[in-house]
Amino acid sequence: MAYVPLADQDKEMEFHHPHSWVTKYVWSQDHKVIAIQYGGTAIAVGLVALVLSMLMRMQLGFPGSFDLIDPAAYYQAVTMHGMIMVVYLLTALFLGGFGNYLIPLMCGARDMVFPFLNMLSFWVYLLSVLILMASFFVGGGPTGAGWTLYPPQTSMAGTPGHDMGIVLMLLSLVAFVVAFTMGGLNYVTTVLQYRCRGLTMMRLPLTVWGIFVATVVGLFAFPALLVAGIMMTFDTLLGTSFFMPAVIEAGTPLDYDGGSPLLFQHLFWFFGHPEVYIVALPAFGLVSDVLSTHARKNIFGYRMMVWAIIAIGGLSFIVWAHHMFVSGMNPYFGFFFATTTLIIAVPTALKVYNWVLTLWEGDIRMNAPMYFAIGFIFTFIHGGLTGLFLGNVVIDMPLSDTYFVVAHFHMVMGVSPVLVLFAAIYHWYPLITGRMFHEGLAKAHFWFTFLGAYLVFLPMHYLGFLGVPRRYYALGTTDFIPASAQDLNQSITLAAIIVGASQILFFINIFWSLRNGKKADSNPWGSASLEWQTPDRPPVHGNWGDELPTVYRWAYDYSVPGAHQDFIPMNTPESEEPTAGEDHFDPDSDTSKADL
Amino acid sequence: MSFFKTITAKPWERKGIIGGLRPEGTFDATPERVALIVFLAVATIVFSLFSVSYRIRMELPDWTPLAEPTLLWFNTGLLILSSVLFQWARNISKSESLKNIKTAFIGGGVLALLFIAGQMITWSGLQASGFYVASNPANSFFYLMTGLHAVHLLGGLWVWSKSSIRLLSGGKIEDVRQSIELCTLYWHFLLIVWLVVFAILSNT
Repeated sequence: MAYVPLADQDKEMEFHHPHSWVTKYVWSQDHKVIAIQYGGTAIAVGLVALVLSMLMRMQLGFPGSFDLIDPAAYYQAVTMHGMIMVVYLLTALFLGGFGNYLIPLMCGARDMVFPFLNMLSFWVYLLSVLILMASFFVGGGPTGAGWTLYPPQTSMAGTPGHDMGIVLMLLSLVAFVVAFTMGGLNYVTTVLQYRCRGLTMMRLPLTVWGIFVATVVGLFAFPALLVAGIMMTFDTLLGTSFFMPAVIEAGTPLDYDGGSPLLFQHLFWFFGHPEVYIVALPAFGLVSDVLSTHARKNIFGYRMMVWAIIAIGGLSFIVWAHHMFVSGMNPYFGFFFATTTLIIAVPTALKVYNWVLTLWEGDIRMNAPMYFAIGFIFTFIHGGLTGLFLGNVVIDMPLSDTYFVVAHFHMVMGVSPVLVLFAAIYHWYPLITGRMFHEGLAKAHFWFTFLGAYLVFLPMHYLGFLGVPRRYYALGTTDFIPASAQDLNQSITLAAIIVGASQILFFINIFWSLRNGKKADSNPWGSASLEWQTPDRPPVHGNWGDELPTVYRWAYDYSVPGAHQDFIPMNTPESEEPTAGEDHFDPDSDTSKADL
Repeated sequence: MSFFKTITAKPWERKGIIGGLRPEGTFDATPERVALIVFLAVATIVFSLFSVSYRIRMELPDWTPLAEPTLLWFNTGLLILSSVLFQWARNISKSESLKNIKTAFIGGGVLALLFIAGQMITWSGLQASGFYVASNPANSFFYLMTGLHAVHLLGGLWVWSKSSIRLLSGGKIEDVRQSIELCTLYWHFLLIVWLVVFAILSNT
């Protein structure tokens, strides 16, 4: 079929052009509106998870002081907190939110390839969230099986929510996978086929690379969750024995026979480990662009960054069983999975070096997004290094059921991506809203979050070394845990409450600035990449006005020697390159400060 | 595009427009075709994971093999014929004369519907003989995998029905050509999936 440039495909654009308020903001097929719908829903449900974590911390810090939190409520909070944060917040916000907003803009497209499918993706995602939230209101409450939902205990009478809660959780996950698949097909096809003229794959900003590879990883990993979810739903509702072994519940043998709980663990982690990278890879991409823009330097080792993203995406499929060292396995398997796990450290470390080297001798602008991006480098190195401990079978065995693991994954998968999310939200806020946020408030938000996160999770490593078990409702008294561990738990709880409460700064800033923020320049950070070159601020439906952009260079032409401005947008032809002597830059704008 | 060539390009060295109207690295196919192929990869993984689970579950001691109903061979024949008709419709849609296109395309879909009906008869036959979904893990897998295959087929039939209506109401061939092409691809894929699933389920 002959290629028709997007700009000429008027008919198709007309087809879903919004005509009323409802089609513009509710049943919208515009990728930017869908992105905000995705992001808003994800953040809202994330706040529920945040409140749940506060309940957990209150119980752990001051056991027995709150009648509201009985053991069942505690386990329900643990489970829902984990699942919501990992799947419904992080995955949805990075891919559904930032993926939707940035892919078409960064690729120079008018919209996603399949706008209707994109809209459907959001509504099915919303449905999955509603099903999950409904489980708070059914008899028995939400499931308390832990976010990994290991059988057989998920369906046993002792587990809270073993009747309706778990069914709603599984249905919600199946709906989420369907929504993700619809979105994912869109992202992959848009990146492959809808890039504008001149935009080769290797000219793409790392954000698109990160989201692209994460989507591919997600498309191949989420099926495992779907398969496990369907089979467990059968076990729960229809009485099959895929995963449920012969088991006795309160003296009565149940109708199950011969199922394999280990099979579930393999399927779950075949999804669960890549899931870490589904969250991490977009974060790597976004943070690379924030660092490069605010350091006024091209990203160090662009090609290696791309290779590392691809390598990490590939390796993420052959490490899953390192979550199962304590489940029992052939020692040679343990050796294999430990090796592959440690190999992942190579491309990951490479990325960290490149971020640091991007900062090296850069003309760093310490704007709020940059605070969060640099904060991410700290927390990610920190969480990554404890991963090297846990990747070894012999070290993992004693540490696996302790707070060391909690500390590790919260540093690497909780705090780090969240810092990137904040960096990205602040960085692209002027693009999305056309207003600047309040810089001081954003920086205060950073210090509360960054220092607070350390106060929460650093002591947890120590608790882990002491042998304090995770998942426990209350420690009780033991010989090996000193009383001081409880003091530490109290201080962690206080810090956690402060961090949680300080997030109000973020929301005040975001909402206050919508109306009262300073009007943003069209390119306030002086960014070279394509999304800042749209004619309108914020970009309108169709993104590019009459004509699609043409790309002449990669996304990182910062501080080019001889150029008058310290950045050259991707759509600047060579002949129009601003060179020294030509005076067409704005001296009042501090972001176009020309030091070279 | 060559993957290796793509990722070894040095974007900081080359300025200017690379490639023609279409940027380097795009596939010479419509977005729908690309998306369908990606989806086929996803569906392959779903069925592979079920197959692997089946293999693992089979090793466990409580496994009782299920004797596959002979009707399945008949159903397999229907699905093969359905695929053949779709291929025929695709070939016609590419040629000059459009003779028989309605017969081929609509016939292909009807055969697929018959296949699903046949599967339903198989299921109810099994139920009547006391092989319920929870009776034995072999039964559970049988219902699960054949059911999932049927669901995928129904998804294809939804697209097929839209194009059939367009074709019957005198729509232009240009409007349905791509749909015919993609349906054919999808049908061949589901035929292969079915043959593999059938082989795995029979091999107990």
